[in-house]
Amino acid sequence: MSTHTLSVLVENKPGVLARVAGLFSRRGFNIDSLAVGPTENPEISRMTIVVAVEELPLEQVTKQLNKLVNVIKIVELEEPSSVQRELLLAKIRADATVRSQVLEIVDLFRAKVVDVSPEAVTIEATGPVDKINALLRMLEPYGIRELVQSGMVAVGRGPRSITGTSTR
Amino acid sequence: MTSATSRASSQPRPTHPAPHGKLDSRPKPAPPAGAPVRVTGAQALVRSLESLGAEVVFGIPGGTILPAYDPLLDSTKVRHVLVRHEQGAGHAATGYAQATGKVGVCMATSGPGATNLVTPIADAHMDSVPMVAITGQQTRALIGSDAFQEADICGITMPITKHNFLVTEPADIPQAIAEAFHLARTGRPGPVLVDIPKDVLQETTSYSWPPEMHLPGYRPTLRPHGKQVREAAKLMTTSRRPVLYVGGGVIKSEASAELTELAELTGIPVVTTLMARGAFPDSHPQHLGMPGMHGTVAAVAAMQRSDLLISLGARFDDRVTGQLSTFAQDATVVHADIDPAEISKNRKADVPIVGDCREILAELISEVRAEIDQSGRPDFDAWWTQVGAWRDTYPPGYEWPSDGTLSPQYVIERLGKLAGPDAIYTAGVGQHQMWAAQFIGYERPNTWINSGGLGTMGFAVPAAMGAQFAFPDRPVWAIDGDGCFQMTCQELATCAIEGAPIKVAVINNGNLGMVRQWQNLFYAERYSNTDLGTHMHRIPDFTLLAESMGCAGLRCDTQEGVDTAIQRAMEINDRPVVIDFLVGKDAQVWPMVAAGTGNDEIMAARGIRPLFDDDEV
Repeated sequence: MSTHTLSVLVENKPGVLARVAGLFSRRGFNIDSLAVGPTENPEISRMTIVVAVEELPLEQVTKQLNKLVNVIKIVELEEPSSVQRELLLAKIRADATVRSQVLEIVDLFRAKVVDVSPEAVTIEATGPVDKINALLRMLEPYGIRELVQSGMVAVGRGPRSITGTSTR
Repeated sequence: MTSATSRASSQPRPTHPAPHGKLDSRPKPAPPAGAPVRVTGAQALVRSLESLGAEVVFGIPGGTILPAYDPLLDSTKVRHVLVRHEQGAGHAATGYAQATGKVGVCMATSGPGATNLVTPIADAHMDSVPMVAITGQQTRALIGSDAFQEADICGITMPITKHNFLVTEPADIPQAIAEAFHLARTGRPGPVLVDIPKDVLQETTSYSWPPEMHLPGYRPTLRPHGKQVREAAKLMTTSRRPVLYVGGGVIKSEASAELTELAELTGIPVVTTLMARGAFPDSHPQHLGMPGMHGTVAAVAAMQRSDLLISLGARFDDRVTGQLSTFAQDATVVHADIDPAEISKNRKADVPIVGDCREILAELISEVRAEIDQSGRPDFDAWWTQVGAWRDTYPPGYEWPSDGTLSPQYVIERLGKLAGPDAIYTAGVGQHQMWAAQFIGYERPNTWINSGGLGTMGFAVPAAMGAQFAFPDRPVWAIDGDGCFQMTCQELATCAIEGAPIKVAVINNGNLGMVRQWQNLFYAERYSNTDLGTHMHRIPDFTLLAESMGCAGLRCDTQEGVDTAIQRAMEINDRPVVIDFLVGKDAQVWPMVAAGTGNDEIMAARGIRPLFDDDEV
């Protein structure tokens, strides 16, 4: 199965997330990640949904999503022509003996330390999924005490906007 | 916020300043039409319904919807029909909608009133019925607190409505109702629920009509793509074994005339699905009947052996296709539907056409005509020879039960003959429904109303009631089973009191007949829990039950008595009539494609499989 990233513009109204999530579950599709937030237009929210499906079921997902009255527009963002990012916050076990090693990895990945205590550091990293995964693999041996990820957000490259024509 | 229902603030809202008692002798000019007036939310609701042309509302009042019932009492345009159970209100709205093509409206209170609408809403969703359901809801401050008669009906009906609204401001009521009607009847029709908290109905607001609709994400495609239509027209004139596979969408888009024109222009055989019975006249020589699990051999076989399927407003339902992998394997598929999500959902379409069936048919006609002008009328003689052989060898038919009991098929066949093609027929779900689809000749659209997708037992009586309110002067026959009838027969009381003289033919075989048929065929004749005792104990006695609810009750258990009973029922028009037809329990629905098997294995009757070693065209 391949992974697809859908950018979904929806009306900023109560219950829209439930409609979208409910549609995925009742049609038997799994959501890998889902991120939602406001856009430049306060009446419109944008969801970035990552799904692992084949080409044909993906067409069904998109068509079914389009049938939701609150869904305004759906665009599939392909990897090379879009910027895809995730945010990670991780609390790593790091006492004085290994802290410098941990910080070295943090530097290598251009991540940031946002909190430090005698036994642990909390780091913040953003990047595409494979970078985040690589960072986690490097940090795993030290002990990951807590981990939170934002889910992917993505935007197409170039000057064109997917919100431009549909929302005005 | 997109993630959660926003809780209404409990702060008092600023109200419109009270009119000053200023003395002013000059006559005030009348407010211009459409100018805002001060009303309650409930009045705004009733005025909106009036403005949208709702003639009848089926419902039951209760705690939270009470405010709406007060102005309803004064309305001269909207008639409210007080039903006995909310499920009856929902199916009545569907019956009304299916008979007229207009939006059917039902109303219920919060909690159990609303949840009782769930089945008819799901039913309307599966059969794409334009319906608006209006429910009361607990006051805004109480929502989410498990208050008395509170149910999250928007959450509950999310998967079974085209859309739903929770109205949180009285000023939003006209817009919500207008949008609900618009959504329900345009595009692919469907049920829309509007949930209104009690305090929203009570509060004062300003009302003006028409409201502005705001549905930025709703743009149904009506006009088909010209290139796709041309492609389809080319295929229709160059194929050898085409079939027009007609679904309920043709009735919804009122395209029967165009369908007949296209069929006659091309000479292509037509099949009409359970939802499309009546879209094409049964008496037409090009009509092969109904396809699917209990379809005619000719219809099923023609689709199986076709090289081109032109699907119009149908959705390749499993009851039509049988096992998908062996369905019409040689066919190129033209799939025309207003809902893009139906195209290639079950069967990959080679030529997808998205649009309204009537517009598609109109364009197809002109493109096909152009093709014919250029290269002549297609020759389907060989195909018709084959199709005609299937039709002649396996005509629809039945055998009389060997135990001397009355044949249910005979009853239904006679009913169709005597009541004629101008009557409206509704059905429940099961054997009687299939026989009603098979043995009544439908000549006009909107005369056959049944529960196709959801298969809701108990649909017939309330749906007939809805159809009767739409057409008070036309005969409306509910063909029901004894199992179905006992699920919703309380609406006969509504019919008797509110003046809907429907006629009910209870095909009483004393059993849950279709289930019994499956037990006979697939469960070694082990009849687990299918005997209802309506024969053995005569409980209930349907004639007495009918009379207790103000209806005439008749009974018939002989072949000779069938016509007399039907004619007697047709003479009674001042109250509903119930005929208890006592029929044999062993009659079965044939032909049949067993669930999960391929359509090649269609059995014309037990053990007879016409397609197993037939010769190809």
